[in-house]
Amino acid sequence: MTMSASAYPSAWRPPTIFGSPGRRFAFWALFAAYLVWSLSTLNVDTARIMAGLPRAWNILVRMMPPDFGRWQLLLTGMVESVQIAIAATIVGAALSIPLGIAAAANLSPRPVYFAARGFIVVGRTFHEVIIAIFFVKLFGFGPVAGLLTLAFSSAIFLGKMLAEDIENMKPGPVEAIRATGASFGQTFVYAVVPQVLVKTLGVLIYRLDSNLRHSTVIGIVGAGGIGQTLSASFSRYDFDFASAILLTIAAMVALGEWFSDWARRRLR
Amino acid sequence: MMPGSEGAAQAAAPLLAVEGLVKTYATGKKALGGVDVIIDRPQLVAVIGSSGAGKSTFIRCINRLVEPTSGRILLNGEDIVALDRKGLRAARRRIGMIFQEYNLVERLSVMQNVLSGRLGYVGLLASLRYRFPPEDIQAAFALLDRVGLDGYHNQRADALSGGQRQRVGIARALMQRPDLLLLDEPTASLDPKTSRQIMRLVRELVAERQTPAIINIHDVALARAYADRIIGLKDGLLVFDSPADALTDEALTRIYGEEDWSTPQGEEEDEQPSRAAAPMPSA
Repeated sequence: MTMSASAYPSAWRPPTIFGSPGRRFAFWALFAAYLVWSLSTLNVDTARIMAGLPRAWNILVRMMPPDFGRWQLLLTGMVESVQIAIAATIVGAALSIPLGIAAAANLSPRPVYFAARGFIVVGRTFHEVIIAIFFVKLFGFGPVAGLLTLAFSSAIFLGKMLAEDIENMKPGPVEAIRATGASFGQTFVYAVVPQVLVKTLGVLIYRLDSNLRHSTVIGIVGAGGIGQTLSASFSRYDFDFASAILLTIAAMVALGEWFSDWARRRLR
Repeated sequence: MMPGSEGAAQAAAPLLAVEGLVKTYATGKKALGGVDVIIDRPQLVAVIGSSGAGKSTFIRCINRLVEPTSGRILLNGEDIVALDRKGLRAARRRIGMIFQEYNLVERLSVMQNVLSGRLGYVGLLASLRYRFPPEDIQAAFALLDRVGLDGYHNQRADALSGGQRQRVGIARALMQRPDLLLLDEPTASLDPKTSRQIMRLVRELVAERQTPAIINIHDVALARAYADRIIGLKDGLLVFDSPADALTDEALTRIYGEEDWSTPQGEEEDEQPSRAAAPMPSA
């Protein structure tokens, strides 16, 4: 049965994702062609870019000593943003629980599952800013629109993450609890929750952190918070006040990220 | 010891009667082709057979974790197949189940896992707050002591060894004060020594509590050593049903197919070639 060593191949390459060298060449050729085409159609006007550079310098200079003189305005906006973020996270988390259960294939009947997944897909299609524009049109300028926007998108996001967590949990404990004669609610509390809780809390804290960032942006379209103040200061060429706002936002986002990191590390 | 549950436990009805049990999966695979088994006294019944012979399906049909296609399953005279959801939950309370992978909820404590055996008896709100009746808590401590885990109640389940986890699984099943125990390959993830300890414990508990138990098992030597009765399944059909000591080489061939059974079998006998297994003093 022994074969001489030379009968076995001595060269081996891992298979490429392209399947064959010819296909790989075709892919990169197409990619290069696309780059050339898109750059040529975008009308990149170098003159306009050159003209913009001194203007950028000008704005930067006018921003330079940040003006914290109107700190009350700054503080009001900031507090509103934080409030929007926290309230939206709480409301979104509450809404995400039924949504997440409904969207988990291993817990929900088919029709409910498809409805919930469809809702999530549609909800995720639109960026927060687009939803904010819509809610501002419905409920007028101010923090209510911002709160609803972030609560809605948080519920979708957290619901999707929860559903995926539930689908990835071990089925054994669920089967065991079901076999004791436990009801659906008890099975959920005893077998599902312990398996998904830690990860879900981690995602929740991450979402709080990102809601903090989003809450500063959606103000620009009129949904309340510091973004609204920022947008107003830009349109009034108050660049020194704008830079004060930007610095404060950066500090707060950093603080939020630090908190999120700290909290998630403690959850293990 | 334990009074019969609310069911009509006529003197005539056997503890468990499985009649014409058929299971055809949605894929068209016929896992069980009409199985009849009657258990009329508390005994340890081992179900043996090749992988895919229908052992797991058989045991899961009894508490309807797998829906039977047809047939009747009478537990103390009550047909489990005919029950609605509420009735099924009530029936499941009376059937304790023990799993190969223990299926403990790993992040919960040993005590929480054991108490979850009582979930069928407490309301959702009480179970949310872990408010179990004092007699249940007492019973849980007593059971932990009985299975050799005294003092482990606050350990997290994922901190235990395999044998310890299986003991918690057994305690959880016994918390239900079941009329029937179902064990799905309880020793397949354990080392030979622990396997024997677990089998001995199960055998003692069957005698102590006068509760019949059905156990799926790959290990023929273990089945021979600890079971009272052995059932052989092959391709979803019952091909053997006798007291454990009547399991001859001829019967093994009927259940598993042609093989040289005279070679000493290892305790950890598996689908692997028997060369690797250590020889065992024959029973």
